[in-house]
Amino acid sequence: MFYREAGDFKTSYREDMQTFPIRLDRRAYWTIVALAFLVAPFVVNDYWTNAVLLPFLVWATAALGLNLLTGYCGQVSLGTGGFMAVGAFAAYKLMTAFPGMNIVFVVLLAGVVTAGVGLLFGLPSLRIKGFYLAVATLAAQFFFVWLFNKVPWFYNYSASGQITAPERTIFGILVTGPSAAPAAKYLFTLTILFGLAWLARNLTRGKTGRSWMAIRDMDIAAEIIGVDPLKAKLSAFAVSSFFVGVAGALFFTVYLGSAEVTEAFGIDKSFLVLFMIIIGGLGSILGSFLGAALLVLLPVFLKNVMVDILHWETYIAAHLELMIVGGLIIFFLIYEPHGLAQLWRLAKEKLRLWPFPY
Amino acid sequence: MTSEAITHGGAMNPEGDGWVTPDGRHIGPVVLEVKNITLRFGGVTAIKDISFDIREGEIRAIIGPNGAGKSSMLNVISGFYHPQEGEIWFRGQKRPPMKPFQVARQGIARTFQNIALFKGMSVLDNIMTGRITLMRSTMAEEALWWGRAEREELAHREAVEKIIDFLEIQHIRRTPVSRLPYGLQKRVELARALAAEPKLLLLDEPMAGMNVEEKEDMSRFILDVNDEFGTTIVLIEHDMGVVMDLSDRVVVMDYGKKIGDGPPDEVRNDPQVIAAYLGVSHE
Ligand SMILES: Nc1ncnc2c1ncn2[C@@H]1O[C@H](COP(=O)(O)OP(=O)(O)OP(=O)(O)O)[C@@H](O)[C@H]1O
Ligand SMILES: [Mg+2]
Repeated sequence: MFYREAGDFKTSYREDMQTFPIRLDRRAYWTIVALAFLVAPFVVNDYWTNAVLLPFLVWATAALGLNLLTGYCGQVSLGTGGFMAVGAFAAYKLMTAFPGMNIVFVVLLAGVVTAGVGLLFGLPSLRIKGFYLAVATLAAQFFFVWLFNKVPWFYNYSASGQITAPERTIFGILVTGPSAAPAAKYLFTLTILFGLAWLARNLTRGKTGRSWMAIRDMDIAAEIIGVDPLKAKLSAFAVSSFFVGVAGALFFTVYLGSAEVTEAFGIDKSFLVLFMIIIGGLGSILGSFLGAALLVLLPVFLKNVMVDILHWETYIAAHLELMIVGGLIIFFLIYEPHGLAQLWRLAKEKLRLWPFPY
Repeated sequence: MTSEAITHGGAMNPEGDGWVTPDGRHIGPVVLEVKNITLRFGGVTAIKDISFDIREGEIRAIIGPNGAGKSSMLNVISGFYHPQEGEIWFRGQKRPPMKPFQVARQGIARTFQNIALFKGMSVLDNIMTGRITLMRSTMAEEALWWGRAEREELAHREAVEKIIDFLEIQHIRRTPVSRLPYGLQKRVELARALAAEPKLLLLDEPMAGMNVEEKEDMSRFILDVNDEFGTTIVLIEHDMGVVMDLSDRVVVMDYGKKIGDGPPDEVRNDPQVIAAYLGVSHE
């Protein structure tokens, strides 16, 4: 079967504005969604669910959030780890203060709290840009790690300084806590990510997304055609932080189960998510997924091949991972700033014209 | 008859506030008036005590040698520069100091001397962004793609397609603007400004760097916009031929001062204007 646009005519602007204007893309999308919801939880074993699928979903959520801010609105942030911590601690405080609250609300409210905090930390973006803004967000990163370490109220005065997620259920099925089934955790996280990705898509296809991109591409022109920079930047910070906060809440409650802020939400996490969107593709929703997939899979792949099959030392695999990620970043920054998503688009364009070059 | 109408050789319209041009277009009352504007950058005075008015439906040219302060004048009107002295009157009211996006919402759109398109976006998205002041749906509606969000997007898309047809850029609709040649980029920028359905359109050297054919196209578009939509246009242009052909009245600037103001053929023969241009290189 050929990948073709021909014969797939659009008779209305509504059809032309679809997320996937090409029928084959649409089918592929729904097939993947069906596989993810209906097949994966029943065929993938617990090891792969825990080691690959769950972290992928969590990091894809975070990458999506950062991509809205950095990829779409052009505001670089190095505070992702810190904002994830805000989401995690907000979820923890909510769960312990209101034990009856449904976990879905906990996670979403944690996102809302993070959105508020993100809004506040977005204020400097009205004055400073680029490198200086990145440094300001870096300050946020360190501030939150410090805060959640220093103020015992946040971890409910536990002796270890750790926070631990209590058990919560949806429809009577455990989704947090050590006894929750990986498949249940996976479905819960997947559902939330699916919803958020849909929101992100909607926001980026319309007025809001265009005002973000306008600010990114040329803020002066954006303002002169009527974009309020205050509103555009702050909304990007708020929405992005909401996503990142939800990711932090999921990371802690569903994936880790218990967390210590320095270890779980350090600066390395900020960079990890930034690398995901650079490699995956700035300003692309698909790119957020691809970048998260690659950076989650890479260490697992290296470990499986190098350590388990070739019996190399673990540290070699770890070093190799750093080198590969570093190389990829340099490659994409120099040759393809729009990342894997753009390579994918170009490949499709070629395929569409194949075998005729014009 | 007012002296303006006499110098235009046209007939007064019934309201007595404006005139009809020889080619039958109606020039209406004053829409925007700058009064005694002075703009300084540190020691440099870019604009010195300049006043002029812009009438509804006219094409008003601003000419002058390089560095005369023409672009600065547009930047003052669009709220990007704030003059140290002077007032701006828009539709009979004195305008308080405004941010550019607020000016845009009053119905004033513009293009830039150096193309200022959104490089990461397609032609279609660039032009759609031009309609941002006309969009009303809230962020919540958009996030859920519900209620007004989709309806509005469709309606605006339709309007944008009309502009795309009007400017004959259908074939590049989906192209990222950064891939377009210079002349087409200028045209897309005009499309983006038109998308806002402005009352007043400010064009900063829309034909700079174009070849003769491209200039002819652009001239035709500008005339058509003025004629079909009744848009009032302020045009900065170095090409005297174009200015003579297009404009109803011309402001001449030199070293930040206004040295002439009137219909094109009158201005062209003004000794002061000729002196300003003598020996001054201008494209
Ligand atoms: N932002 C600014 N800061 C400092 N000086 C400026 C600024 N903008 C303009 N100027 C100065 O103001 C004067 C007028 O500049 P302007 O760009 O308005 O001229 P212009 O008539 O548009 O010239 P050109 O035909 O070259 O476009 C120049 O001396 C310029 O250097
Ligand atoms: Mg200029």
